[in-house]
Amino acid sequence: MTEIFGVPTQALFGQLLIGLINGSFYAMLSLGLAVIFGLLNIINFTHGAQYMMGAFCAYFLLEFAGVGYWWSLLIVPMVVGITGIVVERTMLARLYKLDHLYGLLLTFGLALILQGLFTNYYGSSGLPYRIPNELTGGIDLGFMLLPKYRAWVIVASLVVCLGTWFVIERTKLGAYLRAATENRALVQAFGVNVPRMITLTYGFGVGLAALAGVMAAPIYQVNPQMGANLIIVVFAVVVIGGMGSILGAILTGFGLGIVEGLTKVFYPEASNTVIFVIMVIVLLIKPAGLFGKER
Amino acid sequence: MPDALTTARPAGPGTATAPLLSVRDLNAWYGESHILHGVTFDVRAGEVVTLLGRNGAGKTTTLRSIMGIVPRREGSIAYDGQETVRLASNRIARMGIAYCPEERGIFASLNVEENLLLPPIVRDGGLSIEQIFELFPNLKERLSSQGTKLSGGEQQMLAIGRILRTGARLLLLDEPTEGLAPVIVQQIGRTIARLKAQGFTILLVEQNFRFAATVADRHYVMDHGRVADMIPNSELGANMAKLHDYLGV
Ligand SMILES: Nc1ncnc2c1ncn2[C@@H]1O[C@H](COP(=O)(O)OP(=O)(O)OP(=O)(O)O)[C@@H](O)[C@H]1O
Ligand SMILES: [Mg+2]
Repeated sequence: MTEIFGVPTQALFGQLLIGLINGSFYAMLSLGLAVIFGLLNIINFTHGAQYMMGAFCAYFLLEFAGVGYWWSLLIVPMVVGITGIVVERTMLARLYKLDHLYGLLLTFGLALILQGLFTNYYGSSGLPYRIPNELTGGIDLGFMLLPKYRAWVIVASLVVCLGTWFVIERTKLGAYLRAATENRALVQAFGVNVPRMITLTYGFGVGLAALAGVMAAPIYQVNPQMGANLIIVVFAVVVIGGMGSILGAILTGFGLGIVEGLTKVFYPEASNTVIFVIMVIVLLIKPAGLFGKER
Repeated sequence: MPDALTTARPAGPGTATAPLLSVRDLNAWYGESHILHGVTFDVRAGEVVTLLGRNGAGKTTTLRSIMGIVPRREGSIAYDGQETVRLASNRIARMGIAYCPEERGIFASLNVEENLLLPPIVRDGGLSIEQIFELFPNLKERLSSQGTKLSGGEQQMLAIGRILRTGARLLLLDEPTEGLAPVIVQQIGRTIARLKAQGFTILLVEQNFRFAATVADRHYVMDHGRVADMIPNSELGANMAKLHDYLGV
């Protein structure tokens, strides 16, 4: 067996893969948070619960309607996205004129309610969700066995993240979004229906969280706390990358997933805290985050 | 307060056309501060009209009220016979009014081309990109630069240029010459004259009344949130003393 720095390559690649998988979820979730924060100026604490709802929604579709994984990838983001739109229209829209803190409190409260409700009905032990037939098994890379489903998650999340980045940075729609992030009133005074754009953006961000939830269901099991555990790390990722930076959220998400994986190999004791240590260091050196602009 | 525009359209003798924009008893507030106190004036189609007045007189607030971006406004603002005072700003823009703000409002996260193409087309009959480049050749050279990397003059050209594409017929320009070099002020003066010749109607806020005199048909003088006076451009000379009083120059 070959070794690198005294570590078996098998273990090294295994942890790198886990890091990349976690990074895929960090990236998708922090991307949604960054898009929402940029336009709505709200730190969406419900994000983790919406990710959890995505996983549950896929589970329900399979259990009660026989709708499988692939259709869930399409249907779940829309369904959960629509619940997001309802939340934005009925609640968040009333808070834009107030301090940040109100949006934070509302979304935090909603997250607690949602997690409480799901825990009440489904307990806290995970519900199994099986890997779709097409993606069971693995690919032998010679130096390691790569499970097909994990490879799919990494590729799909890269595609989703880069697609989102492309739309925001390179299209007309994205230009409206960027402009409205800077000066909402002026973009609306040009004739753009900015309130509708804000609603759809929130729906999109929530849909992205739900999509991540569907993709996570076969890996982490479906469990009411799955979002709460993840979202704390994701907030650290967003702080490190810089609030409101799209590319920053993506790169930091994948990057920190890998750093976390490597830490598990070389210094396992620190693997749960390494991201928070990095967060503290970044905040001290560059308070706006690695990719953020100082305001 | 009777709505002047729901009554007979053709105005009295001496006015060639009915007003395109008719502002009646306009009041506006920022939070608790009551800024406009019954502003009343008209702009006829094809005219260039200025709002003159000291700092803080309420000129910008008047434009922002017409555009629908002040927190609270009351009174009547009729555009082409339609009341707009209760409409959201995107609806007002869609009727054919475009706004060039005092601070220019160039977006830093957009390049020059994206800034130029940002405002949606609301009507037919706007200028083509080629016509805009003809007015402001500098912009053509800088299309891929970040919007806020342009010089002050170029940013002003971009801010004016981007609202000419949209097909809006009434342009609200807030101090387009502020802080610019004399050559650029002249270029903007020529632009306004050409836009007028093409049939645009322009409501121009100015502090520089020597510049205003070269481009405008009429001047409204604002003071403490009210319209204090109206002076036709031809009578500007005769009213110099009064104007100096109002403007405190
Ligand atoms: N966002 C705001 N909040 C509170 N008060 C404001 C706000 N904007 C303007 N004001 C106040 O409203 C009054 C009128 O301001 P406005 O900007 O309309 O004046 P102006 O005639 O355009 O002046 P200037 O020539 O300096 O541009 C001023 O007293 C100003 O302090
Ligand atoms: Mg002003």
